[in-house]
Amino acid sequence: MADNKEKAEKKSRVPMPEQDPKIRARNFLEVPTGYTVKMAQEEAERCLQCKKPGCVTGCPVGVDIPGFIDLIAQGDMSGAIRNLWTKNALPAVCGRVCPQEIQCEGKCIVGKKDAPVAIGNLERFCADYEREHGTGELPPKQPPTGKKVAVVGSGPSGLTVAGDLITKGHDVTILEAFHKPGGVLVYGIPEFRLPKAIVANEVNFLSRLGVKVECNAVVGRTVSLDELFREGYDAIYVGVGAGLPKFMNLPGENLVGILSANEYLTRANLMKAYKYPEVDTPIPIGKNVVVLGAGNVAMDSARTAMRLGAESVKIVYRRSRDEMPARGAEIHHAQEEGIELFLLTNPTRYIGNEKGRLTGMECLRMELGEPDDSGRRRPVAVKGSEFQIECDLCIVAVGSGANPLLTSETPDMKLNKWGYIITDNQAGKTTKKGVWAGGDIVTGAATVILAMGAGRQAADSIHNYLTLGW
Amino acid sequence: MFKIVRREEMTGGTVILNEIEAPLIAKKARPGQFVILKANEDGERIPLTMADTDPKKGTITIIYMVVGKSTALFKTLQVGDSYQDVIGPLGKATHLEKVGKVICVGGGTGVAVLHPITRGLKEVGNDVTCIIGARNKDLLILEDEMRKASHDLRICTDDGSYGHHGFVTQVMQQALDKGDIKMVVAIGPVPMMKAVSKITKEYNVPTMVSLNPIMVDGTGMCGGCRVTVGGETKFACVDGPEFDGHKVDYDELIMRLQAYQEEERECHKKFCTIRDAK
Repeated sequence: MADNKEKAEKKSRVPMPEQDPKIRARNFLEVPTGYTVKMAQEEAERCLQCKKPGCVTGCPVGVDIPGFIDLIAQGDMSGAIRNLWTKNALPAVCGRVCPQEIQCEGKCIVGKKDAPVAIGNLERFCADYEREHGTGELPPKQPPTGKKVAVVGSGPSGLTVAGDLITKGHDVTILEAFHKPGGVLVYGIPEFRLPKAIVANEVNFLSRLGVKVECNAVVGRTVSLDELFREGYDAIYVGVGAGLPKFMNLPGENLVGILSANEYLTRANLMKAYKYPEVDTPIPIGKNVVVLGAGNVAMDSARTAMRLGAESVKIVYRRSRDEMPARGAEIHHAQEEGIELFLLTNPTRYIGNEKGRLTGMECLRMELGEPDDSGRRRPVAVKGSEFQIECDLCIVAVGSGANPLLTSETPDMKLNKWGYIITDNQAGKTTKKGVWAGGDIVTGAATVILAMGAGRQAADSIHNYLTLGW
Repeated sequence: MFKIVRREEMTGGTVILNEIEAPLIAKKARPGQFVILKANEDGERIPLTMADTDPKKGTITIIYMVVGKSTALFKTLQVGDSYQDVIGPLGKATHLEKVGKVICVGGGTGVAVLHPITRGLKEVGNDVTCIIGARNKDLLILEDEMRKASHDLRICTDDGSYGHHGFVTQVMQQALDKGDIKMVVAIGPVPMMKAVSKITKEYNVPTMVSLNPIMVDGTGMCGGCRVTVGGETKFACVDGPEFDGHKVDYDELIMRLQAYQEEERECHKKFCTIRDAK
């Protein structure tokens, strides 16, 4: 045993095969191509099967990580995915987009001396293997309870709630405002990071379990929460996301050629505008593109612009590399694809031509001063450092606020000063009876897995309510 | 799927009316609100303000001008065919209030949007004069409906082929000169709304316009429909579509409406070539 362990520690992490940067920078195919069975088993054998696994404590939904990895090592792929499903209804998504480096993998003991076990890659492998070779056999479901639950929004938290409650025997209907389910997974995250067929497959999995999905249902407009209760729903989960694009309020912001990342990515992803004119929705093709912001959404926007044929794509960010909120892997991928980082640079105004189209922007150089409220060093403008960047397309990816469409129509649900829904933190209960909320509309823009974690807790609380009372 | 139960071609086939089964929307919709329609899987999401609703029948009516690929595609849909997606009702409803004498000015397919608003203003007790215009007699729509919806209907054509020879603004100005007009509602091409607002501002008569900028989601998520109103950026989909006509930056709106002009022209041309070859 000790021998095995020693051997395991010495093996280095199996690298994820990826498309060559030069080729992938101009196509929309997925960047990492996935482990083979052999690679997955080799990587699975690196897991030490800790008695008190740190990785599990790092997972917002508490996946039995050593358990499913051990099943891969034994070659029981069907068992591995079924183990995953008990805690996570969306493993194909999480394996791709979770920030594992600060969660499970960040707590992996192997990672103390060497690269941690590639938990994300293995999770993805299980889901992909099941999709391609699996039996399609569904996990077990509890007998029907006769209780009806409406889930508003089909993003990661809504899908998690739906998956949890359907297996507990409740009757679950998802209401989605867009014409396709998946929320940010379909409108926000690009094809090359999360193929839409995979999201559709995850949603289909829930449908096969019995979850009903109603699209084109704008709760707050087509139907209100009170009307849903009158229709016979016993509980409602609100997971509508943040969904209100922030702009920088700079002069010239309404010039043609300046889009919110929400709009740009929705056109590219949900509307598949990258295939235009094969599809009907156009998207502006920039020659020289500037992306404002440095989070994952900014990276997604920049990499999309590059794939659509831009000559240059610049990330403009007022702080330094260390403060960039995007995942390291995303920044690395972007740079590999030829995206330039203009750090310590702050835009001050947009410049347009007589047709009202963007031609450039003026920026100031910044330097880092004293730490601010967020603990990050505050960028301070360098006097007289104005300079211009030529650009014909600017994508504003500086964050999202709370979309008021539903909340403004629901006066008895309390909001905080930024318009996010106030909940009791543990369970996600709102101040309106029978209504729970979670994900970005509670926390502000965060990650897929945190939204799923909130969904998991709310689902437990809803189940208790439906079986025991408020 | 949202089935078309009635279809009419107007103005020689350049303007189309569709009555569509959409019971949930019909039940909720108020005058001034819009829907987003998408014909098929790869279709574009097109916002259109509703021309009518029938909650009992569970239908909504839209009237659109065929201007590009997407509306040309809509035009191919016949009675019994369906739109894949209809989303709504979206936007804020018109604030209908009794104020006294009101003028409703409509141009082109804007008349369709104006129709339920005019009727609503009459129903709450206003004295409604309606002025509708078109380039010529054949392009005029909803004459009978607008006559019914108002107390007094005036018609203008640019070429004098019907009604007053000239623009709606001239007839409106005559009515304003008689005084006591409490409000003007203007819906039509942007240059028309701009011209109306310029005149009513001189007369200091509150003016409401309904805007139809480019949008994607219609729920405040993308910000593509930004308009400058009184120096502030507003989202037409959730803050509008109706705004104070005296405060709208029309020149910016016109430029933003042309964002995809070249792409649209190419796409439409290609669609027509393929369609005509069939």
